[in-house]
Amino acid sequence: MTVPYTDQFAAFSANGGGEGPAWLPALRAQAFERFSALGFPTTRDEDWHFTSVTPIAERTFKAVKAAPTALTLSDIEPWLVDESWQRLVFVNGRLEPALSNFSELPAEVQVSTLSEALREEPEWVKKHLGTLAAFDRAAFTALNTAFMQDGVVVRIPKGEVVEVPLHILHVTDTQAAGAAVHPRLLVVAEAQSQLVMIESYVGLGQASYLVNGVAEISVGDGARVDHYKIQRDSLEAFHVGTVQVTQGRDSIYHSFSYAAGAALSRTNVYTKLVGTGGEARLNGLYVLDGTQHADHQTFVEHLAESCASRELYIGILDGASHGVFNGKVYVDPIAQKTDGKQTNKALLLSDKARIDTKPQLEIFADDVKCTHGATIGKLDDQALFYLKSRGIGSDNARALLTYAFAAQVLETIEVDALRLLLERAIFARFTNLALE
Amino acid sequence: MSSSIESLVNKEYAYGFVTDVESDTIPRGLTEETIRLISAKKNEPEWLLDWRLKAYRRWLTMTEPHWPNVTYAPIDYQAQTYYSAPRSVKPLQSLDEVDPELLKTYAKLGISLTEQKRLTGVAVDAIFDSVSVGTTMKTELAAVGVVFCSFGEAVHSHPELIKKYLGSVVPYSDNFFAALNSAVFSDGSFVYIPKGVKCPLELSTYFRINAADTGQFERTLIVADEGASVSYLEGCTAPKRATNQLHAAVVEIIALDDASVKYSTVQNWYAGDKDGVGGIYNFVTKRGKAQTNAKISWTQVETGSAITWKYPSVILQGDNSVGEFYSVAVVNNRQQADTGTKMIHIGRNTRSTIISKGISAGQGQNSYRGQVKVLPKAEGARNYTQCDSMLIGNACGAHTFPYIEVANNTATLEHEASTSKIGEDQIFYCKSRGLNAEHAISLIVAGFCKEVFKELPMEFALEAQQLLGISLEGSVG
Amino acid sequence: MLKISDLHANASGKEILKGISLTVNAGEVHAIMGPNGSGKSTLAQVIAGHPGYEVTGGTIEYDGKDLLDMEAEERAQAGVFLAFQYPVEIPGVTNAYFLRAAFNELRKARGEEEVDPMEFLDIMEEKLKLVEMDATMMQRSVNAGFSGGEKKRNEILQMAVLAPKLAVLDETDSGLDIDALRIVAGGVNALKRPDNATIVVTHYQRLLDYIVPDSVHVLAGGRIIKSGGKELALELEAKGYDWLLEPAGV
Repeated sequence: MTVPYTDQFAAFSANGGGEGPAWLPALRAQAFERFSALGFPTTRDEDWHFTSVTPIAERTFKAVKAAPTALTLSDIEPWLVDESWQRLVFVNGRLEPALSNFSELPAEVQVSTLSEALREEPEWVKKHLGTLAAFDRAAFTALNTAFMQDGVVVRIPKGEVVEVPLHILHVTDTQAAGAAVHPRLLVVAEAQSQLVMIESYVGLGQASYLVNGVAEISVGDGARVDHYKIQRDSLEAFHVGTVQVTQGRDSIYHSFSYAAGAALSRTNVYTKLVGTGGEARLNGLYVLDGTQHADHQTFVEHLAESCASRELYIGILDGASHGVFNGKVYVDPIAQKTDGKQTNKALLLSDKARIDTKPQLEIFADDVKCTHGATIGKLDDQALFYLKSRGIGSDNARALLTYAFAAQVLETIEVDALRLLLERAIFARFTNLALE
Repeated sequence: MSSSIESLVNKEYAYGFVTDVESDTIPRGLTEETIRLISAKKNEPEWLLDWRLKAYRRWLTMTEPHWPNVTYAPIDYQAQTYYSAPRSVKPLQSLDEVDPELLKTYAKLGISLTEQKRLTGVAVDAIFDSVSVGTTMKTELAAVGVVFCSFGEAVHSHPELIKKYLGSVVPYSDNFFAALNSAVFSDGSFVYIPKGVKCPLELSTYFRINAADTGQFERTLIVADEGASVSYLEGCTAPKRATNQLHAAVVEIIALDDASVKYSTVQNWYAGDKDGVGGIYNFVTKRGKAQTNAKISWTQVETGSAITWKYPSVILQGDNSVGEFYSVAVVNNRQQADTGTKMIHIGRNTRSTIISKGISAGQGQNSYRGQVKVLPKAEGARNYTQCDSMLIGNACGAHTFPYIEVANNTATLEHEASTSKIGEDQIFYCKSRGLNAEHAISLIVAGFCKEVFKELPMEFALEAQQLLGISLEGSVG
Repeated sequence: MLKISDLHANASGKEILKGISLTVNAGEVHAIMGPNGSGKSTLAQVIAGHPGYEVTGGTIEYDGKDLLDMEAEERAQAGVFLAFQYPVEIPGVTNAYFLRAAFNELRKARGEEEVDPMEFLDIMEEKLKLVEMDATMMQRSVNAGFSGGEKKRNEILQMAVLAPKLAVLDETDSGLDIDALRIVAGGVNALKRPDNATIVVTHYQRLLDYIVPDSVHVLAGGRIIKSGGKELALELEAKGYDWLLEPAGV
């Protein structure tokens, strides 16, 4: 059997992919070799039990053509959310300087493309790139590592508090139909620094493409990173994204993952609590309809004492959509005083919708407090009746309760403009009303 | 405090003795010939031998499952002995004819088979290695039409029931160990409760492994006809031996419309020593099928075995059927348990409840693995799951792997799980009221397991109490 | 009965009690008051033998014995009782069983016969009335799902059944409404005898309207900075603690 993407990798290596410091092509080759050995995961793989990637595996996505984009600022304006946010805008996997604007970031904060960073600080990049996101057992991460191109590198020096949110917007349009993009993000927040980052993915026009992203985030001692991932890809697209975080002592990593786009999506949020007193908050909301399939997998590794993890994932499934949530919490023997809590709730709005959930605890330390809870069901009849008895029509009552269900997790969003955006989107999706 | 916990959890295994009886043991190894030999020894009809052979051929194509969260050295299936029976046991003998040595063995285990000392209200089938030694209270049961006998006897006395139901819930192709059991099973218990009959006695099977290097492969089949009900208990012990022994059982329950079956287990196979040498490998497939308005309830207290791999399950086939699973699993020293349940909701308004309590001590590893599956037609299905783990000491582990799969939007599922260490504040509270640490711990553990213990029949609740070395008197109500 | 001399105690390496001396005689009621974080609860817990506190200096003599040398359960068996500020929940264990187990442990320690469940039921009946608790409470798990008031009443019920020589009530009044407070205080007063003593730890003077103390001590910064009669409590109510803290250097 021929390994898919072999020719593409050869072409890529011969044409630009081989550039950069000598270790980089070696890393790519090693990653591609690993991908070839692993192949795409199947449902026999425990981590992919409920999600078949056959639609991705059975075709070969081509490389994006290096053509200039016709998109203008007004085309992407609806997706910018807040003018004050600093932004890097990528179209079909390439940075568009004309659409980007991050001039108001503090001078100490380094934000650059991967290729720039490789030119300017190759040793520093080498120290971090690919060290967090291991690809030995992850085919998609291996594939990204082999093909990654215009990545983003963010370095927040020690003690620097970045007040204004950084928005990394990935726009994919019909120009990329049938192609794959492999966005890469490397964030190093040094000790006591702070960053709020919004990573969003949107599809313009209904094209079928594959986004296969990898983010590596290092949160230093006492540092805090808020990471919002907003996935609104084309309903014909495929989205696979892996976020791998490592957290130092007393650090906070706050993640929020919103998935409303793509025909098939898989979002992995993995964090390792390696310093004592660290805290991970992993939240998410997936809202699906039609035949959409969205799978979230979280993995919190408690590897040090006195760390806390909090997870809340909410799913709202309509049509014949299929939601999957797999949350793993691992507590190492040395991770005493761990405090872990995981909750996932799903609402099935139609009789064709399906949810599979697998919350998992693996605990090897005794002085711990870990809980997980899962609830699945339809709207509460009692609450519906209550609203109706107060004169609210049946449809509106349902819509309100559905919105309220989502609001439980939306309220964890600390960036006002973003919370408002998603609240409005959810409200409009389930009611005919506008939210004031 | 830790020393009292240790003494509490490191109680000596009381059932580790060996009975010296002359046995009829077939040579080691497993071939078609072995199966023909077992079948011939039991004087089985041709159709049953065929079924065994089909299972064996299927088994040859299967591989041992390695997804459970347990590790052990490879098992050499050709090094096992698949049949061993005391020579003194004759087919269809009456209890008066049972070898006194065997009676003594059961008396030592607290099970009296002789007329005078029998437990009141309980009928016992005693299985020793590969065969049934005898069944008590047969006359009393026959009076109401209840059949309770060894599987081997039932093959001859009720072939039509065996033919109809054997493999109907757990087909021989179900899994590796079920296929092995189907090929080589030697004995077990058979229960049939006729239409509308509420079985007047508790039925109980006591399994004893005695011979060395011999696997025990029993097969239990319980059929509760329409509107019938029965409570069935099983207990298990084995001698202390330095080698691992295989126990691969299959239990099938059929609860027809409006029937109710309660199946309780106190599993106390030899667990190996503190370094993990010896002990039983307990690989068991237990499953019931509940028809309309029927109820199947599993209660288990798992304290023994080096490795436990079992998932008593209920197929909720009929509308309004109910499945329950109550479990306490204790691991200590090097024990490993991967246990839980499957609740498959097929019918409408089906309900299931899962309460699992895992206690890990020493270097024990305890995993809960459960599946709740709601199929598209299971309108109004409901499940409640609670699985709690308690950790005693800092070298053990607790793991939960719940699989929740829902394809019907009228279903309601709730799942809660928690893991915590035994509470220091609880121990201090008890001590400040005058209770010593050991008493405090046993009280807290008993409280932790209460929801499961209260599901056990009285006699077994007492046995469970002794097993955990805790006083339950009055605390369980 | 109780003689505390220059008691020092740490929690997690931090010194909380910095030299407490206090003598309590049979028949007396002592109130210990003080601002939050003054060490009041620590003192109560140290008397009961909580393993989370390390005694670094001083002595506690109780009935001629070295209290600090005794395990928590030995103290209880010798007649020391702590009514917890936050009574602990023990799911699955009935109140009746728990209390009888404790009652029998105390009897055994005195060389008396244990009582069986039926006898115990009779003993309970009268005690339940004292704290106006329903008998069904006895079949519920220890403190599990109890309201704050029920938990506190349950503590007083335990005290009534175990009949301690020295009772230490740790903020038993906190979180109680006036009716519950009246019941709890009524229970404490009814149990008062010439041969036992009570230490009431409280933040509010209100409880002392119902349980009248012989002495009032103000604990601040880990030391007793003022002692007086029951009128001191009223003065504290009117003036707060600040007028005492500064002169004491706290």
